[in-house]
Amino acid sequence: MNSPLELNDPVLEISGLSVDYGFGPDAVHAVADASLTLRSGEVLGLAGESGSGKSTLAYAVTRLLRDPGVITGGSAVFHGRDGAQDLFDLDAEEMRELRWSQISVVFQSAMNSLNPVFTIGVQLTDVLRAHRKDMGRAERKQRAAELLDMVGITADRLRSYPHELSGGMRQRVMIAMALALEPRVLIMDEPTTALDVVTQREILQELGELRERLGFAVLFITHDLSLLVELADSIAVMYAGRIVEHAPAEQLFRNPRHPYTEGLLGSFPALHGERRAMTGIPGSPPDLRSLPPGCPFHVRCGYAMDACSTDVPELLPIHWEPTEPRRAACLLHTDGFEAPESLKKTAEIGSTL
Amino acid sequence: MRILRNRKTLSGVILLLLFVFLAVFGPTLAPYQPLAIVGKPWEGPSGSHWFGTTQEGYDVWSQFLNGARSILIISFLSGVIATVLSVIIGVAAGYFGGLADNFLSMLANIFLVLPALPFLIVINSYLPAGNKASTALMAAIISLTGWAWGARVLRSQTLSLRKRDFVDAAGISGERAWRIIGFEIVPNLVPVIASSFLFTTLYAMGTYVALTFVGAVDVNAPWSWGSMLFWAQADQAAASGAWVWFAAPGVAVALLGTSLALLNFGIDEFINPRLRAAGLSRKGLRAVGVTRRHTLGLTPVVRPAADAVVVSPAEIIEETV
Repeated sequence: MNSPLELNDPVLEISGLSVDYGFGPDAVHAVADASLTLRSGEVLGLAGESGSGKSTLAYAVTRLLRDPGVITGGSAVFHGRDGAQDLFDLDAEEMRELRWSQISVVFQSAMNSLNPVFTIGVQLTDVLRAHRKDMGRAERKQRAAELLDMVGITADRLRSYPHELSGGMRQRVMIAMALALEPRVLIMDEPTTALDVVTQREILQELGELRERLGFAVLFITHDLSLLVELADSIAVMYAGRIVEHAPAEQLFRNPRHPYTEGLLGSFPALHGERRAMTGIPGSPPDLRSLPPGCPFHVRCGYAMDACSTDVPELLPIHWEPTEPRRAACLLHTDGFEAPESLKKTAEIGSTL
Repeated sequence: MRILRNRKTLSGVILLLLFVFLAVFGPTLAPYQPLAIVGKPWEGPSGSHWFGTTQEGYDVWSQFLNGARSILIISFLSGVIATVLSVIIGVAAGYFGGLADNFLSMLANIFLVLPALPFLIVINSYLPAGNKASTALMAAIISLTGWAWGARVLRSQTLSLRKRDFVDAAGISGERAWRIIGFEIVPNLVPVIASSFLFTTLYAMGTYVALTFVGAVDVNAPWSWGSMLFWAQADQAAASGAWVWFAAPGVAVALLGTSLALLNFGIDEFINPRLRAAGLSRKGLRAVGVTRRHTLGLTPVVRPAADAVVVSPAEIIEETV
């Protein structure tokens, strides 16, 4: 069914995305000039603290942002089955056709979207009845059972009502539903935050296996950086509505280039390796209505220089290792500045975490 | 004040202040007593009698200026009494539940199904003649039929509030019932109470004018716009072409009601950010040239024109400070 799509071909290219809440002087610039490329078969993690704009970015790309959110710039080119199209140029009907069948979203509290008066089976086959018109009744049921099996739930649960399932199972049902039409892109907004760690792990493992089997791309949003290090192929870190660092997962974990990433990584303990002091990041997240001039992070940054309070750094390849597939928005890594040793680590990757 | 930035609230407040001004200074500003014969019958509007004269030669302008005070006092007093009653009865019914709820709800239901106007007419006919002129008594009687609606709304709100976790937490930490009601529940009801107060006031105003108009109360004391309507009707002002005599009090009553309703809408938008945001967004969208409605599931894309001035972060900060 899929048109030939090579692994690592871009499926979703977000460039220069800006999102405001409100208009004019009251506007809050929730996402500013964010560019990301999601490649097929890739899990792209989007990390950042609350209010950094990561969910806003995902909602904006799918045009699901509620009032008073407005997309004020940029493009999101989706390479679908019928060629490339900018999601921001589509009308309601075209969006509706893309959603679920080619782009699907799993939200944090998605499990509450199940209708309590219908069985899981009815709700799973409903989408197939609408979109796969050539499928017969038995086929649909077969497919629904297959989907459930994919996320580790036995087929006899098709006759269960949502209240008969645990939260983790319901969330898995939602993931199965999201995958029902074999989308190319799966956007997951903190899909496991409400669940306990054991369930989280099970779901994420299944997600990893599914991705390898079905080859869809995942945009995974979470504030849990350690989770992403395990799950994601590459990670983008957001701060104050901007992407401050984007690198392959292990690279980002081992050798962070942006001071904010370094701060985030210093905020949780490693299970292995030597003990180290937890540092955290001083200060608090900025108020998006009144960002400091220059780099939004400079007020909390231990390496801040004079230039940081005037120049807004762009997300650029690292000046002294331009061939690496990574980018950071920090003046320290631009021409003419010397990055501190801690941000210049080039530790071997591939060793155990 | 932020609440006054809303156009509905602002126009409501301005209108209401106008009527308060009329109520306070109207009798002083009036050139004559409302029931003083100062001209020939059925004079048209003129320099000496701005609104003309009545069948008896009374000055309509003076009658109009004198008419605001009793209406405003009675409606607001009645609104206060009815709101207090509805808060006490509604919150108690919702919070305590059980038998108390059954009894209080039954009471509210009885007062809801009572046909208000005939009931008030009957009550008024039993009042001793001397008491009919008392504004406080009038307000109390009208509030008798005005509290039940608010009580029911507050009861249902309280029912939903008292099952919330913060109320449970207060109960478990040992707070007494009156404190839970006063500090945990009632502050959450303030928007409902405010809206109920305004609508009860509106109701009281309408009821009082109606009672005067049908002559169920003493139509000449206290003097009100209802009295004007009563006499204009009795003396067939419409047939005699003295349209100002009934139009002036009629329009005034309608505007007073409008101001209360506008205030209510304004308060609604103030306490419900969703309503406010929607208004802001529509206006803002129009300003940047998007005419389509903001529908859920299709976030509008507004790309600034290529020649638009790029606002530097420093300017944004200045704007917000």
